[in-house]
Amino acid sequence: MEALQDIRQPQSGEAIVLSGLTKTYGDFVAVNRLDLTVAKGEIFGLLGPNGAGKTTTILMMLGLTEPTGGDVRVLGLDPRRSSLQVKRRIGYMPDDIGFYEDRTALDNLIYTARLNGISLPEATARAKELLNRVGLAEAARKKTGQFSRGMRQRLGLADVLIKRPDIIILDEPTLGIDPEGVRELLELIRSLSREEGLTVLLSSHHLHQVQQVCDRVGLFVKGRLVACGNLEQLSQALDEDRTVTVDLEIAAWNDGLQEAVGRLEEVLSIDSRQASSIGGEGRHAVTVVCSRDITPQIARLVSEKGELYAISRRQYGLDDIYHKYFEGGEHHGSR
Amino acid sequence: MEAVNKLQDAWRRMAARLNVRTDAPPRPKAESSAFWVMVAKEFGDHIRSWRFAILLGIIALACIGSIYTALTALSGNAQSAEADHSFLFLQIFTITDGTLPQFTQFVSFLGPLMGIALGFDAVNAERSKGTLSRLISQPIYRDDFLKAKFVSSLLLISAVIFALGLLVMGAGLVVIGFPPTPEEFWRVVFFLLSAVVYVGFWLNLSILLSVRFRQAATSALAGISLWIFFTVFYSMILNLIAKGAAPGGNAGTEEILGYQNLMLTLGRLSPAELFSDVTTTLLMPNVRSLGPLTMEQVVGAVSSPLPLGQSLLLVWPQLTGLVAATLVCFGLAYYIFMRQEIRSRA
Repeated sequence: MEALQDIRQPQSGEAIVLSGLTKTYGDFVAVNRLDLTVAKGEIFGLLGPNGAGKTTTILMMLGLTEPTGGDVRVLGLDPRRSSLQVKRRIGYMPDDIGFYEDRTALDNLIYTARLNGISLPEATARAKELLNRVGLAEAARKKTGQFSRGMRQRLGLADVLIKRPDIIILDEPTLGIDPEGVRELLELIRSLSREEGLTVLLSSHHLHQVQQVCDRVGLFVKGRLVACGNLEQLSQALDEDRTVTVDLEIAAWNDGLQEAVGRLEEVLSIDSRQASSIGGEGRHAVTVVCSRDITPQIARLVSEKGELYAISRRQYGLDDIYHKYFEGGEHHGSR
Repeated sequence: MEAVNKLQDAWRRMAARLNVRTDAPPRPKAESSAFWVMVAKEFGDHIRSWRFAILLGIIALACIGSIYTALTALSGNAQSAEADHSFLFLQIFTITDGTLPQFTQFVSFLGPLMGIALGFDAVNAERSKGTLSRLISQPIYRDDFLKAKFVSSLLLISAVIFALGLLVMGAGLVVIGFPPTPEEFWRVVFFLLSAVVYVGFWLNLSILLSVRFRQAATSALAGISLWIFFTVFYSMILNLIAKGAAPGGNAGTEEILGYQNLMLTLGRLSPAELFSDVTTTLLMPNVRSLGPLTMEQVVGAVSSPLPLGQSLLLVWPQLTGLVAATLVCFGLAYYIFMRQEIRSRA
């Protein structure tokens, strides 16, 4: 796994560098010797189940929590010492963001801008522009107490951007929004990052969403980064034993067929089960693990002897990566 | 000549050092203005809130009632020749015809309520609404947040107290048609100032509770129970102790004095008691001492009212005590808050 963590893209500069970062709460280790580098201008996804230490890591980057050990550099600055400079250049959107509910969206944005030392006319102009940008122009004069979850998240994005940061950190930005809203939000994040050269750090436990927008992904389990890289690198790493898995959906699967497939010398194991959920009586879902890609041979064989409804070679999506790492997380992590 | 040179040299060095000091980086402008932006926002929030409107209503009603009783009592007294006509103007604040408590009592009773109401959810409401983590990730000092909460509420409290006090003075002026002397005026101003300090103590206590307790309801309840404890139960407890500690019928002067002082000291642990000491001394210039006086001490004393400076001197320890209690609360709130980890809505 060490080799994996070293996989880094060529980069012009480093926005965030964490080295040996550790945070403990009593006996509980929230973040365990974390090494991570986020390059400038990239969208990085922190992926992990709840309680994996994502938020704690983010808080340490902002200087809102003291690390127990290790070092944080954000744009070359130490958030512990120069927390104000760091906070001026990072926009942070907490998960489940809240606004002053008896104030309008515009007021809330202007307040944030004023806290960043922006003059009132400038703040108003920026707030209006950003509200347009995130699609809340009509709701600008509405009190935020009436906002839906999705609107609040979009307002949160505007709130983060109003200080014109170099880095934005979004903690679970897609939590609790409907799928269409998620798509729009992610699109917005992506376009913002590309147009303004923003570095984006995004934490989530929704792998598909991370998959959609992130350049690189770091997988977090129990305070440790078990894998880091882009999708391809991750699936390669996962596929260590170099096997190919083929999924079949067959009617009338029988021992003869199983024997025939098993006779292929590349086949390592066969696993079949009655697939009631697929619909169609008596169909089986069969998983064949082979040492080499022999999907055509299997297809030919099976279609000769049985009724083949579907065949697919398993691509390691983030889903599988997620499962594999998080179920065997400790196992992988401790290697 | 040499000595002069040396002197000049030393002076230059000292000046240079002083210059270095003044050149030391002050807080950049943006941050200090961020503090005032926060104060302005908090102030606006308070003024718009229903809570403040209700409080103001209660306090204004109480004050109107107390002025009414004071004025009826005053005009009743005016007929009797026995009445004390010195410092007539101050009596608006302290006199009552028995139907309603006087102004000072209303302030000492309702002031804490106002402080608690303005502070009990200062920090934990922001926390539970998820605005605190957003706010604290802006380039502001964490202590500025706490200070802004305190300063904005205290500004509001002083505005309310001074407005009420001056209104009472104005009403009194109209009704009794008897202008205050400068001394009386200053006595009232100092009384109002000490009321601000007293309410400020309760405000800080409730901010401390709001930092400590995550639920606004818990912190409000804790604040109100402390308030009730000090205004109602504390004197009862003192009575119990007094019964137990009372010296026998044939005790000597020393013993009785010691007992009296013990009871006074215990009583002064309560901020309400400190404040009532302050108000009586400031508004009743005839009060010459807050402790027991023996006959020997009184003999030969000219029974005349104290000048303002002497009255102030008399209550200085009480005022210091109130300010100290306020600072202790603020310090504790600061200590707890600075070390707290701020996560969203938790």
